[in-house]
Amino acid sequence: MPSLKTLRNRINSVKSTQKITSAMKMVAAAKLRRAQAQAEASRPYAVRMAEMLSALAASEMGNPNANRLLVGSGKTQTHLLVAVTADRGLAGGFNANITKMVRLKAAALQAEGKSVKIFTLGRKGNDALRRDMGSQITGTKNFVGKKIVAFTDAEDVAHEIIRGFKAGEYDVVTLMFNRFQNVMIQKPYEQPLIPAVAPSANDNDAGEAMEHNYEVEPDDGTLLDRLLPRNLAVQIYAALLENAAGFYASQMTAMDSATRNAGQMIKKLTLDYNRARQANITKELIEIISGAEAV
Amino acid sequence: MPLALEIVSPERLLLARDVDMVVVPGTEGDLGILPGHAKLVTSLRGGLVDIYEAGKITDRFFVTGGFAEVTESRCSVLADEIIRQADIDPAAAQAKLAEAKAVFDAVDLNDADAYREASDGLISAQAMVDSLATGVLAKD
Repeated sequence: MPSLKTLRNRINSVKSTQKITSAMKMVAAAKLRRAQAQAEASRPYAVRMAEMLSALAASEMGNPNANRLLVGSGKTQTHLLVAVTADRGLAGGFNANITKMVRLKAAALQAEGKSVKIFTLGRKGNDALRRDMGSQITGTKNFVGKKIVAFTDAEDVAHEIIRGFKAGEYDVVTLMFNRFQNVMIQKPYEQPLIPAVAPSANDNDAGEAMEHNYEVEPDDGTLLDRLLPRNLAVQIYAALLENAAGFYASQMTAMDSATRNAGQMIKKLTLDYNRARQANITKELIEIISGAEAV
Repeated sequence: MPLALEIVSPERLLLARDVDMVVVPGTEGDLGILPGHAKLVTSLRGGLVDIYEAGKITDRFFVTGGFAEVTESRCSVLADEIIRQADIDPAAAQAKLAEAKAVFDAVDLNDADAYREASDGLISAQAMVDSLATGVLAKD
């Protein structure tokens, strides 16, 4: 039976943990709102760009000299997996889900005899993957200390990836990130970056968009040369924003359940404490009474 | 019939409203876009986007480059970076021009993509400085 003092100390320490987790929950909720607003604000640009790209890409598909960012390098030997994770933890399985997915995918590709390289975006993914796959990590970038992700950050990453692709370091690039479905659900998701795939034909107003009857200045090829790198940056930016929103949502959920668990723990410890106190009083009473009877 | 103009940058929707005409700086020359324009996709160079309402320029922006998509009733400007012309800081524009010049001078002429990027950057920085001479629109 633990003494009253140790019980009291434990209750106090669980209480202060609960204070911290509930504060973190509120902070995450506030940041989530901002991250969602930012993701919302970036959507019009991404939507318009995808429309333009799908119109142009459809017409370029049969062209043997088409931009390699669009049709790939013709090989599938070396894969680059871009793992997008958060820079911080305490968010349930948020980061682990991505690293698990990267490991599975890498193992599957290696079983097919392909080689795999990894680019990590976010500190946690790098920390987790470098232990056993450090030799495969070709690059890493994190945003520690930054309040919000700027588009220029995504652009830098896109530049780096395109440089490697052009130098022939890898043939296929896949982006892996947590897609923000709602506050409760963030699903790990993989999205091909190179070769770029045009949005499928059953998209809402794709019937109109696929039919390429635009006049194009200067010409399809030149425009695609500019559009494709830009589109890559836009997709990375979108993934980073989803990642940020998903992270805060995940952290909020994790901290919410931590707060609730701490509450239960406090209840149980308080009960133990009261029982111990009661037992002490009863024991003392018995001692007094039996002492009085003996007189 | 008005023209639905949309100016977006990767980070936000800057402006969405109906206007009479908009002039955008295409890579092949400036384009005046009225409602009913043929469907068009063009890349943009650095330059001024002028918005016309009731025969007058009511708003003037500077884009560093980007794309424009035009349909019969809509014009979307997808800008790389965009600011109101009135908000351009002349000193910052000059600094940017000097920087772009340095990049352009240092670029490897055999690397077509890098060369294109550097020359785009220089053109856009030059256009930013020049745009200040076009007369800044008085704020109402």
